[in-house]
Amino acid sequence: MRSLPLLALTGAVCVSALTACGGSDPAADPAALTVVSTDTACEVSQKDLAAGSHTFTLVNKGSKVTEVYFYAPDGKTLSEKENIGPGTSYDITVTLPAGDQQIGCKPGMVGDGIRQDVKVSGAAAALDPRLVKAVADYRLFIDAQVADTVTKSEAFVAAVKSGDVAKAKELYAGSRFGWESVEPVAESFGDLDPKIDAREADLTDEEKAAWTGWHRLEKALWTDGSVKGQEETAEQLITDLKDLQSRVHTVDITPASMANGAKELLDEVATGKITGEEEAFSHTDLVDFKANVDGAFKVYELLSPVVKEKDAALAGTLDTAFADVFTALKKHEKGDSYVSYDTVGAADRKTLTDVVNALGEPLSKLAAAVA
Amino acid sequence: MASRPRLSRRALLGAGGAGVLAGAAGLLAARAGDEPAHADPGVVAFHGPHQAGIATPVQDRLHFAAFDLTTDDPARVAALLRAWTEAAAAMTRGAPVGDGAVDGVPLAPPDDTGEALGLPASRLTLTVGFGPSLFTKLGLEDQRPKALVDLPHFPGDNLDTARSGGDLCVQACADDPQVAVHAVRNLARIGFGTVSVRWSQLGFGKTSSTTPDSQTPRNMMGFKDGTANIPGTDAGLLDAHVWVAAGDGAAWMAGGSYLVARRIRMHIETWDRTSLTEQEQVIGRSKGEGAGPGRSREHDPVILAKMAPDAHVRLAHPDSNAGARLLRRGYSFTDGTDGLGRLDAGLFFLAYQRDVSEGFVKVQSNLRTDRLNEYIQHVGSGVYAIPPGVREGGFWGDTLFAKFA
Repeated sequence: MRSLPLLALTGAVCVSALTACGGSDPAADPAALTVVSTDTACEVSQKDLAAGSHTFTLVNKGSKVTEVYFYAPDGKTLSEKENIGPGTSYDITVTLPAGDQQIGCKPGMVGDGIRQDVKVSGAAAALDPRLVKAVADYRLFIDAQVADTVTKSEAFVAAVKSGDVAKAKELYAGSRFGWESVEPVAESFGDLDPKIDAREADLTDEEKAAWTGWHRLEKALWTDGSVKGQEETAEQLITDLKDLQSRVHTVDITPASMANGAKELLDEVATGKITGEEEAFSHTDLVDFKANVDGAFKVYELLSPVVKEKDAALAGTLDTAFADVFTALKKHEKGDSYVSYDTVGAADRKTLTDVVNALGEPLSKLAAAVA
Repeated sequence: MASRPRLSRRALLGAGGAGVLAGAAGLLAARAGDEPAHADPGVVAFHGPHQAGIATPVQDRLHFAAFDLTTDDPARVAALLRAWTEAAAAMTRGAPVGDGAVDGVPLAPPDDTGEALGLPASRLTLTVGFGPSLFTKLGLEDQRPKALVDLPHFPGDNLDTARSGGDLCVQACADDPQVAVHAVRNLARIGFGTVSVRWSQLGFGKTSSTTPDSQTPRNMMGFKDGTANIPGTDAGLLDAHVWVAAGDGAAWMAGGSYLVARRIRMHIETWDRTSLTEQEQVIGRSKGEGAGPGRSREHDPVILAKMAPDAHVRLAHPDSNAGARLLRRGYSFTDGTDGLGRLDAGLFFLAYQRDVSEGFVKVQSNLRTDRLNEYIQHVGSGVYAIPPGVREGGFWGDTLFAKFA
């Protein structure tokens, strides 16, 4: 009885999450795909592509800063990368729907640029253009959130390195917000996640000796009241976050993975934040809570045109459930942040749990609704 | 979501069994949904004039859950009760919830949580009730039955609010604990957004029999419990003491009942250090046979005058309470130890009656001087209106909620 459903599941993931299958064809080495932008040309290494997910290396061999655009068959922008400096390159993963479309380079970042026609064919033809756009927009969101977390962490780390405990405490929770809002994506880098976001309670004694990341600094700030000797850890956090920033474009994103990521964000809230385990020293759990829910809401917002059409009842339920979570959170706002979670009583924690359960359960049906 | 043929849990069990039976099991699977429920001794009919799980012969296991509403909209509650009814009707006949636990949409979590796959229906019954607070929250005070009173404070009560009350309750009884737990878990899941679980209790080893011909079970004190219970087969006694009659008050309750649930902790260690004579005097019956003083057999009518004036059986007897009688279907519970090394165990007392004041309140008030009180403490409490049974096509509580549906 067991093997059959499992087989069916494996098959179905490929049929439903078309983009994942397109990208997993071993014959098409994604590293081989390049777009070389010069001051006068836009060279695409391969103009006959299979529909699905591809990683392109964008190379600027010109003298001006350039941009590279991927256009959908209807002419709208699928994905883009701005500010590629001369002599630099950048990896980007794009989900291409079937059809005749264009890739464009804009040396100097002005005008229509230089365009190349590419032909995309294959099974991904059925992918809803609205979903293609949702994936592209979500990539932009990820980029923005990771950039935000890097910028704010640099300020936080500067405070740590200058030994300003009060300032560092003030900047700590905010520096994590971007990370928390795209946590399932950020966590998908198995080498980086433990360096950046490991909690003391999850470590063995041996691992504690090499413990780095936000929570190490959190403990120093709130428990030790001093960040002396933490300069290296602080520096390492920025290094790791920048590493994440440079690699986050290689994550394969599909509508289903977005939806499942949203559900995972709510799981994060339900298991880690509700109990106050995430921010064991600073008790800034409600900031992470808000970031997780914001990240999930962004996914829902991007997918909602399709959800509303395919499952209006689910959309209605999610609208209400998200509103209820935001309302419940609002009660605990303090200034432009939130109250310390150790001051939130059992009854309020129960209310927060209830609204999270009420949202998490229907949210778990989102992936199927857009697949 | 497209509806698909539903896989019967019982059919799965058959398919996993002896090869000779495989063909027959396949046939069963094909028409599990339209089988008459009484065809299978493991299935208790869900539909009827009264809810199952009251007069039904007591199953061996319990999962009781109390829920709080997270909405004040009666329409949402009506929708939940309809969804619960559909799920309950499926689970009690051994079928999974909705599209099942397997073979559904691969990218969505399955409708059914799956831990009861392959298990028979196990005589599962699900019984739903409404607490007094439900009527307040939904603005339905005028519909609250007078017989659904708030229980007074009884001397010796040490009630934990985290294990008391609730706007709704679900009593799941089955012969298999996994089937009972599965049922409550799935209803809780369906309820997220409309209700939240307030507290729940697992029970084992029924302590009251509703079938007079079966052996009387024993409670955690080692005594037979439920010898003089109302038999679920005695229509006369049920009508007199358990079922709400049409003229009793709130019209929507006709055919229903009222449930009092009490979590009664037993001071196990001190009880175990009590002499046999003392134990028997406290209870008012012999430990071995269960006979009253001056009698030799369990079912011989007891002579109250021969018992100590503060013996439990004497004070609880109908003759000491102006004829008040309850239908009990309590369960033992053991929730590990309490951190002080004491067994956290006792009796999860469940009693059904036609009127709470004339039933539990009257009897419990009379137990004020009960010698047993030295060995027990009431630590949780709930009182609920149990609406009548569900008719085909109807839903739990539709006599109250139909106008909101």
